Amino acid sequence: MSDYNFAYLDEQTKRMIRRAILKGIAVPGYQVPFASREMPMPYGWGTGGVQVSAACLMPEDTLKVIDQGADDTTNAVSIRKFFEKTAGIAVTEKTRAATVIQTRHRIPEEPLAEGQILVYQVPIPEPLRFLEPRETETRKMHALEEYGLMHVKLYEDIAKHGHIATSYAYPVKVEGRYVMDPSPIPKFDNPKMDMAAIQLFGAGREQRIYAVPPYTKVVSLDFEDHPFDPSKAEHPCDLCGAEHTYLDEVIVDDDGGRMFVCSDTDYCAERQALGHRGRLSPPETLAEEAAQ
Amino acid sequence: MYVAVKGGERAIDNAHAWLAEERRGDPEVAELDVAQIREQLALAVNRVMTEGSLYDPDLAALAIKQSRGDLIEAIFLIRAYRTTLPRIGHSRPVETGVMACDRRVSATFKDVPGGQVLGATFDYTHRLLDFKLMAEGEVPEAAKADPRQEPTPHVTSFLNKEGLIQSEAQGEVSGEQTPPDLTREPLELPANRALRLQALTRGDEGFILSMAYSTQRGYGNSHAFVGELRIGRVAVEMDIPELGFAIEIGEVELTECETVNKFAGSKVEPPQFTRGYGLTFGQTERKAISMALVDRSLRSKELGVEVSNSPAHDEEFVLYHCDNIQATGFLEHIKLPHYVDFQSEMELVRKMRAEIAAGQAQDSAQEAAQ
Repeated sequence: MSDYNFAYLDEQTKRMIRRAILKGIAVPGYQVPFASREMPMPYGWGTGGVQVSAACLMPEDTLKVIDQGADDTTNAVSIRKFFEKTAGIAVTEKTRAATVIQTRHRIPEEPLAEGQILVYQVPIPEPLRFLEPRETETRKMHALEEYGLMHVKLYEDIAKHGHIATSYAYPVKVEGRYVMDPSPIPKFDNPKMDMAAIQLFGAGREQRIYAVPPYTKVVSLDFEDHPFDPSKAEHPCDLCGAEHTYLDEVIVDDDGGRMFVCSDTDYCAERQALGHRGRLSPPETLAEEAAQ
Repeated sequence: MYVAVKGGERAIDNAHAWLAEERRGDPEVAELDVAQIREQLALAVNRVMTEGSLYDPDLAALAIKQSRGDLIEAIFLIRAYRTTLPRIGHSRPVETGVMACDRRVSATFKDVPGGQVLGATFDYTHRLLDFKLMAEGEVPEAAKADPRQEPTPHVTSFLNKEGLIQSEAQGEVSGEQTPPDLTREPLELPANRALRLQALTRGDEGFILSMAYSTQRGYGNSHAFVGELRIGRVAVEMDIPELGFAIEIGEVELTECETVNKFAGSKVEPPQFTRGYGLTFGQTERKAISMALVDRSLRSKELGVEVSNSPAHDEEFVLYHCDNIQATGFLEHIKLPHYVDFQSEMELVRKMRAEIAAGQAQDSAQEAAQ
């Protein structure tokens, strides 16, 4: 791939994206239009995240890519390979070892630190989109801080279902100003968005970039009498025994037998290496062999 | 025992190798070469060039070969390649009035200066499968005429002389101004006409066709006549600052369509005809005609014509949904894993079902007690 510039995009394009990122950081939660490029992967498959990562990566960076919390899902593998090929940078599966983490649908369980960048892939950046399909209208609503429609929707959920019927891409308010779509992470992850790392959001098809700077207040929308509930499956992880992580439910036999495992594969593997055990963990000797 | 689903990388490599094999098909059958596709599947090549926004028949043919004939995939390949090319500048507006026309028809006049030239068209062919083509494709040479040397004036210019047709504002994008470029700037609404036309040329042929068709069936009626449809080659000229004049850098084949639409007039304008415009690469006349109808439909507001709630009158609806690369990417991304979100939905649905069940149990217990 020597024909392409470092991290694929040419420097002019990177500069244009960096400007959008800086503007996004300066106005937390505001969706900055940017001239999204046509990438060699399809729209909807992380082109926004890939462009933001490409604009952030430096040769000394270490990249981690996850999809659904896992490093080995096919699209995460594909994006990681893309940057290995076009940027020749170091990659890792360790959350702690990464300087840039590109994610789809999850925030790692391990708290992120200063100096790290978390890049989200965003399908629909507009939190008001399913209430108002017109971009010309929703941009006005943000400008006027007119979020009544969203509160009415949440209220109607409670009136109809007894709950706010949104379980992922749960809307948040950033630093008391913009209502923002946190990308389709489960609402379980929302409280983690108050973090020390920089959070950047890239929506390629919709041509928008937005950001949450470190230590910015991110509040999930709720009501006093119906407080936000970051729920998860009420089980411990069957492999590492963790009670505090987001779990995937896996169907294991034809009778519908299930097991629950951490969706964050790196976090789960690290706990198992430290000797934590779950209901279905292999016997110690096997695990040790596997670790070798 | 559950084994974490590993091996995404190996699966991808194997899938790509298999795909390459499938693309080649039976090795006993001769392989297609790019020149064959370029010459014999020229209309597919034209579509890929138009929607890929890149005039290069060889690359378009290569993309069609690589994509196994999936034209949207081929357009995607061309777009992804095009975006890596530097933007050097822009040409002068091409002068379609001096086009060397291979085909030129007007539906609004029986005859026009420059004549009606039917050209190589499927029109008036009987759509009967030609089984002879299964055996051999050699054809006798077609009759030839001397090409016309003079410029061929646009049909709408004759209407213009009488003031019967709305005249276009000149200079919105003159030769000196840089036209907007959809591939370099984010689309922001309202878009000017140059940008809308760009989006329509790049837009999916099927989508634009259906939008145009919907206006004919009454969803935002604007009855259109094909004032003129012309296909042929034009020179592309570019100003070279160091030289101080324009030089010809090449030639492209274009299809241009101008429609004439009836307009009853308004308080400020007497009744006259209005225009729609379509311009595409190669011979792609279905697309060019469709585009002209949709262009006219999207101009309703600026022409002071009644605007309905019809999709084809809605700039935001049309421009945000006409790009097949955006559409297909987003549509097909739902094949990617979504199990984290699905899990959270399952938890919520289970919780709500449990509460309803508990509520019903309580109700029936109360009834039993009464």
